[in-house]
Order: sequence, then C-alpha cells, then structure tokens
Amino acid sequence: MYKEICSKYEATKDNLIYILHDIQDTHPQHYISDEAVTAISEYLSIPPNHIYGVLTFYTMYSTKPRGKNIIRLCESPPCYIKGSENILRKLKVLLGVDTGETSKDGQFTLELCACLGVCGNAPVMMINDNVYGDLTEEKVVEIIEKVRRGN
Amino acid sequence: MKFFRTHVLIGISETSLNAGVQNFIKFLRQELAIADLSEEINILETGPLGFFGKGICVTVYPENINYSDLKIEDIPELIDEHFLKGRPVKRLLLDSGSKFSPKFNYETRIVLRNSGIIDPENIDEYIGAGGYEAWEKALTQMQPADIVNEVKASGLRGRGGAGFPTGVKWSFTAPLDAPQKYVVINADEGEPGTFKDRLIMEGDPHQLLEGIMIAARAVGATKAWIYIRGEYKLCIERLLHAIKQCREYGILGTNIFESGFDLDIDIKVGAGAYVCGEETALIESLEGNRGNPRWKPPFPGVKGLWQCPTVVNNVETLANVPFIIKNGAEAFKKFGTPECTGTKVYTLLGDVAHPGLCEIDMGTTLRTIINDYAGGMKQGFKFKAALVGGAAGVFLPDRLLDVKMDFSSLNQYAAVLGSGAIMVMNEHQSIVDILWSILRFFRHESCGKCAPCRNGTQQLYKLITKIKSGNGSMDDVEMMQTIAETMLNTSFCALGQSPIMAIRSAIENFKDEFIEITKK
Repeated sequence: MYKEICSKYEATKDNLIYILHDIQDTHPQHYISDEAVTAISEYLSIPPNHIYGVLTFYTMYSTKPRGKNIIRLCESPPCYIKGSENILRKLKVLLGVDTGETSKDGQFTLELCACLGVCGNAPVMMINDNVYGDLTEEKVVEIIEKVRRGN
Repeated sequence: MKFFRTHVLIGISETSLNAGVQNFIKFLRQELAIADLSEEINILETGPLGFFGKGICVTVYPENINYSDLKIEDIPELIDEHFLKGRPVKRLLLDSGSKFSPKFNYETRIVLRNSGIIDPENIDEYIGAGGYEAWEKALTQMQPADIVNEVKASGLRGRGGAGFPTGVKWSFTAPLDAPQKYVVINADEGEPGTFKDRLIMEGDPHQLLEGIMIAARAVGATKAWIYIRGEYKLCIERLLHAIKQCREYGILGTNIFESGFDLDIDIKVGAGAYVCGEETALIESLEGNRGNPRWKPPFPGVKGLWQCPTVVNNVETLANVPFIIKNGAEAFKKFGTPECTGTKVYTLLGDVAHPGLCEIDMGTTLRTIINDYAGGMKQGFKFKAALVGGAAGVFLPDRLLDVKMDFSSLNQYAAVLGSGAIMVMNEHQSIVDILWSILRFFRHESCGKCAPCRNGTQQLYKLITKIKSGNGSMDDVEMMQTIAETMLNTSFCALGQSPIMAIRSAIENFKDEFIEITKK
C-alpha cells in the first residue's frame, strides 16, 4: 500500500512532505509506521534518518498510532486568554485521556497545537479537517457527541 | 447583465462552513424561488465580510445591513420582513444596539478592495473589477527594471513582520544571470493572533496570484511556489481553483499574452512549524527537509530554493503589488506616512466590541484603530494593554495608545508592527499569565538548531512558570530578561531573537504585577 501511495509522486526529495501527508491520511490510525518509512526511503533513495528527522520536526505528523478522529486544540495566547485551558480540562474528562493520548474506544486522540489562524472565534479546535470555534464546555460536549454519532 | 434590486452577500469561511452555511444557502434559494424573488434578489457567496459575527454572517446591499448568527429557521422571517417588506429583522442584526457599523472597517482598501464583494471563485468577477490589468501592463508595457523601480518608488515594505523594502529585495535578484529563478510566497501564517493572509486568500485569491505574476516578471522567475499551511483548507481549495482558471484563460502558462514570458504557479502545503515563517527555514521545508533556518549570507535572493536565486514575499505584500503597477507609485504613496506608505491589514482580537479585520492607512494610532474600527472596548471593560504583533510582539500600555502604527514610529519604542495582530486585554487580565502562554509557545516552536534558542526557550518557560505559580522572586524576573537578551544577541534566527520583545515590554510597563506576584 505504501509503495502505491509513493508512486503517485515523482521520486524527488521535495515530495517527501506530500508523501508523508498522504500516507498518514490514508492510514486508518493516522500515523507513519516504520514500514512506511522504509518504503519511502527506498522509493526516494534517501536514508531513513532523514525521513525520521522530517517526520518528528513537524507537528502534523505522528509516529504513533492514533484514533479515528484527531482533536487539535489551540493553546496559543489568543485562545489561552479566552479559556482554552477549561476546554482542555473538559475534553480530558470527557474522553478519559491525557494530552497526546487516544481514548479507549479508539475514537479520539487529543492533541494540542499552535495557532490555527481562526483567532476571531477563539477558543478554537480542529477535529480532522473541520474547525470548531467559539467553544464553550457545553458546546464541546455536543460536538464530541455529534462526531461520535457520525461514526 | 441581469439587474437585481437586492444583493445578499454570504460570507463563506471556516466558521460559517462549520455553522452549515451550505445548507443555509440551499434553503434560502429554495425559499426565494417559492416567494418568486429569484429574479430580484441575488445571492453571492463571497469571502469573509470584514466583521466577526458568530456562525453564518450576511450583508445585504444596497442597504448595507449586517446580520450574524443566522439559522435556517430565520429564513422565512428574513424573506417576509426584509426582502418583501423592506424592514430589517432587528433581532438578527449584528450588534443592533450600537450605532457603529463594522463596515467602516473598509475605509481604506487596497488589499481588501474586492474581499466580501466579488465571488472569489469566479475569475470573471475579478477581471470585471479591473483585475489582471496590472499584469497585462507589467507584461506588455513595462520592462522588468521598470517594475522593480515602480515598486521601489512606491515605498512598499514587506508585510510579514520585518518591513524590508520590497523593491529593494527584488533589485537583488532581478539583475542576476541564472538559468532558473523562483518566487516563493510565504503563506505559512503562524503568528498567534494573525489570520490576515488567510482572509486575503479566501476573499480574493486572484489578487494574490496577480501580485505573484508581477513579482515573477520583475525578477525573471518562471516558477512560483505558494507555501501554505496545511490547516488552511479553504485557501488551498480556492487558490488551486484560481490557478486552474488562470491556466485556462492563458493568464498563466507559456508565452503569456504573446510576450514570450512563461510562468507557472504551484502550491506546496506545509506540515505545521512556526519557524517555517523564517524565509530560509521555509526554503528548507520546500526542499523536503526539516525546517531549520540556513546561514545568511548568501541570502535567498542570491541562493535560495535549490541554490537558485529566490524572492520570498508575504501574501499581503504581494497583494499590494497589482494596485501599485496599475495606478502607479504616486497613487500608492497617498496612503500611509511618507516613510511607511500604503495600508496595513490588522486582525483585532480580544476585549474589543467588534473583533475582526480591517485595512487602515499606515501610521494610524492604536487608539483610533481600537475606538473607530473595533468599536472601542467591550462594554464594561477597561483597556489595560494591547499585544501588538503576536507572540513575537510587544505589550503596549495605555500611555502608548497614541503611538503611530507603522514600522519606524513603533521602532522608537522598541516595538514592532509585526504581522498586524492586535490583541486587546482588559484590566482583569494578568500580564504574567499571558507572558507565560507566549513563552510556552516559543518553547514549543524553537526548532532546536542553535543552543541559545533551544535552551533559552526552555529556561524562560521554567522561570515564568515559577513566577506564575507565586514561587518566583524579582531575581527570576531579572534572569528572564538576561536570558532573553543573550538570546537576542546570539540566536541563529529571528525566532530566538523574539522572546525579548514581549518580556521586556511586560516588565517595563507592568512591573507592579511582577512585584506583586513575587511577593506572595
């Protein structure tokens, strides 16, 4: 499967970031496995250490298996002063996880991230590709319920 | 052309999409058809409208009435009351209690002149609004050197934060004899509190493309890359669509307008790293590496992407260029101050009555921006400080409210205009707390290449955490300043040189708070 994804892109190093995005999005657990790194390394003829270097540098990639839905809560100053810490606490209780962990049912992984550029509606989080703004603790409960039902 | 008596502008943005704007539009069209108004009322899906109501926001012309937080259930009432009887539905108006109209936000418009007015997905509307005239002029009537000189004469300075004169930057690359040159657009907007570039791209993607084309012609680049954040899904979609339209229209491609000039623009999506806003780190990232900054010199203008001469410009900077080329440097210089010409797009956040974005002349005072464009402070709150420029910015107290907002005036106060983020805080907010959040951000975003920044950001975070918890002393406060100053003098790139800004301005202007919290 990894080879197939790789072959969609020209075998040049600058496509590494794209290939990583694609593999991660395609994987049901949204992460880059050791096997994937080996496959990319062979395809692009670059050493695995370079790929790991890139992989661990950018916050959007993960080397660990994650849940079906990835929650990324903004912790930058504009969201912080609007109470993102309360939202984080609520999410932790709601999902029974700490930051960086995946809920037992494998549905959600909770992550923190830097500014998402939607500060007009702080506090903000993204679940997969969707942005949720003007969060309150009540709203978070609703959103999580909705996403859970959607599955 | 069809004539409509009323135009309903609906803002399509991340927020409104989330609130279900697409269903809203579908239902609105259906209801208008039932009421037999489809021929009279035009629905226009456009970019951000320039005010931040919640959820789905709509502006109705010619009355210029703003609604916010609309629901599907409100549609029958809107049609019945407003569209049929001409009586705006008061309970749905944006901030119905105030006389202030957020539309004033757009008093001076260069960059945002089309945003919220034309359909950003339709190239014909952009052309209809005078778009691509500057590109044609640059290509058929001007030599590359003329373009560089015109932009130099306009005094345009980079809008990404540093404020380097754009024309001068181009003049380094333009005369170089190289088989390949590039233009790279920094759309990796990561400064906390900044989202101007997102709104420029969502609202008027073609204007940015036109700016890129002119820049490419000026320096002789035949390929341009837009490096954009992976989170900006809507921008990516709109830009890809706009590029496709340009190729179809022959505005991009080979032998454009029979001039012999070839150009193509492509998009590269980032993967989340604040440091990639630094131009050499961005280039590293484009090449498929870790986003570690490079040693300068050589500057990217001489040796950049794949060792070729590369001009790196911010989105807002290039969005100004079509205006300059079309109307001339003199027209541009009518805006702003003699030293800092043109306008600046600000994002206004925090405890103001109307958070949002606005484009205003350079050199407007912070007081005017807050009072006239953001509607003053939120009711019941008093101004304490504004964090100007995001995390790499400074805290301005009320005694500095009358400082002019431009690159040189702010410099006198060791402040920066930065990316144009203005975060307003009320008297109950703790500066120490916000500084903690800023230093946590830097700790996370340091790329780790150089020791001063890698270790410094860790130590700063430790110290501020200690101070915040009430266990710190004034010695710790002083130590923070010493570390940040060392970082300023020794860090490899601007990231490590930035924390001093917030730290120094916080301690200088709000010393009492530090004394108080360390006394406990």
